[in-house]
Amino acid sequence: MKKIEAIIRPSKLDDVKDALDKYGIRGMTVTQVIGCGLQKGHTQIYRGTEYSINLLAKIKVEVVVKDKLVEDVVNLIATTARSGEIGDGKIFIYPVENAVRIRTGEAGEEVV
Amino acid sequence: MRTRLMQIMLLGLSMLFALPGLAWAADAPKIDTGDTTFVLISSALVMLMTPALALFYGGMVRKKNVLSTIMQSFIIIALVSVQWVLIGYTLAFGPDKGTLIGGLDWLGLTGVGADPNADYAGTIPHQAFMVFQLMFAIITAALITGSFAERMRFPAFLLFTILWTTLVYDPLAHWVWAVNGWIRNLGALDFAGGTVVHISSGVSGLVAALVLGKRKGHGSEPMLPHHVPMTVLGAGLLWFGWFGFNAGSALGANGLAVSAFVVTNTAAAAAALSWTAVEWLHRGKPTVLGAATGAVAGLVAITPAAGFVAPLPAVVIGLVGGAVCYMGVAVLKAKLGYDDALDAFGCHGIGGTWGAIATGLFASKAVNSLGNDGLFYGNPGLLKAQIISIIATYVFAGVASFIILKVVGVVCKLRATGEEEEAGLDITQHGEEAYHDAIVGGSLLKGVLEAKPSAGKSNQPVGQGF
Repeated sequence: MKKIEAIIRPSKLDDVKDALDKYGIRGMTVTQVIGCGLQKGHTQIYRGTEYSINLLAKIKVEVVVKDKLVEDVVNLIATTARSGEIGDGKIFIYPVENAVRIRTGEAGEEVV
Repeated sequence: MRTRLMQIMLLGLSMLFALPGLAWAADAPKIDTGDTTFVLISSALVMLMTPALALFYGGMVRKKNVLSTIMQSFIIIALVSVQWVLIGYTLAFGPDKGTLIGGLDWLGLTGVGADPNADYAGTIPHQAFMVFQLMFAIITAALITGSFAERMRFPAFLLFTILWTTLVYDPLAHWVWAVNGWIRNLGALDFAGGTVVHISSGVSGLVAALVLGKRKGHGSEPMLPHHVPMTVLGAGLLWFGWFGFNAGSALGANGLAVSAFVVTNTAAAAAALSWTAVEWLHRGKPTVLGAATGAVAGLVAITPAAGFVAPLPAVVIGLVGGAVCYMGVAVLKAKLGYDDALDAFGCHGIGGTWGAIATGLFASKAVNSLGNDGLFYGNPGLLKAQIISIIATYVFAGVASFIILKVVGVVCKLRATGEEEEAGLDITQHGEEAYHDAIVGGSLLKGVLEAKPSAGKSNQPVGQGF
């Protein structure tokens, strides 16, 4: 079991969500986040004073999948979230020890 | 000035109708229903400006301080309303004592009733004039709060406000507008409050910003407006209310009121354009906050001139007002490094000063025969009177505010602690939060309450009662 954590452009969320849904991924967690990477920030102006904003709005999508699906899902996210410009984001993969479905108490890979 | 105008108009009317052999019938004052309606509606419009200011200022602070900023304006409506009825009105407009202050004859509004007072407004009930003037006293105190936003403790703010209104606003209103006030005797013109309202609040705000010091982290961390749409809504409502402020200052439903209405709108529009244009050239973007602030700067600038200038000079007053205030806010403030958080001085001090000077330049008897001609109409004397009135207001408001703040500082702590600033004034001063970002259910809140022995005073971990 692995957790795939993708930091993507907010504008790509719908595409990624649809692609995962089509692939058969039933659950995901989506969070609004701010962060920085290679992409430069922008400036904001308030009453004639400039402020540089380095942290930009991104979307974090978290999906936990069976080991055998990891490669497919990562590829799927990477291709749908890609624009080719700096700022497309990153994908991180973590091992997951266990998972529990709260409603029934059952545990293991089958619940994801 | 408005009052002298009404006085002379009334005298003129009485002479018109006086027939030989008859007594001066105009001795019994006659109420005009149109004028009374107009002044009451104008009073309500000016009242709305203070909640509007609360939104204008509230949108510009960080979200942890929005309630405390709104509260300062809102509670001033209540505080000054009571002060005005008890003692404020008589200090400002009561029978003159030595050109400096009103006597206590009208304490608690004794004798201020439904009959007109011909000295101030001969065609409306005296109480209508009183309540119109009350709204000016309210908004003036509220304007100052922009300078010390995000760091002044609420008890100190209350004490400062009540002392400032009583010891600065009331005498100043007397000097400029009351019968035999010394600045009025000088011949200086201030139609709706360039010196009394805007310079006085702006300069007092600057002094307060200097006495309190900068906000924690000022200059090193960005302090961005948390809700620009709220500020723009506030600016729109201020613009709307300002028609009552300026046109209402004619104290009658007449041609002068219309003229003041037209120049008010014109100057606000011109200043919104000029601020936007200057910021666009200077920083590369035409900002919404800039357009809204520019409009307010134009309204400030036209205020003293509203009853004395024609529409074309109003365009100039607005264009210059927007640009000058922009320079004050974006360049001067940054150079000098004071933390006038929401630019009470930058907009009202600087805009009011320009307006008072502009009145000395552009005033014309062709617009208002009871006013005077300015420099551009061949009378340098008016400009001199304007400048004396500006200097007097700067010195009086600045020195008096400094002393009041020092006295308040002895009685109670002026400034929030670093920890309180960090947590925000909403939670620490008022025990409330404007926006609940985290889901805090009853059980979680209960945990906090149990953990803190001071739970009876405040349900917030850093709360501090007074």
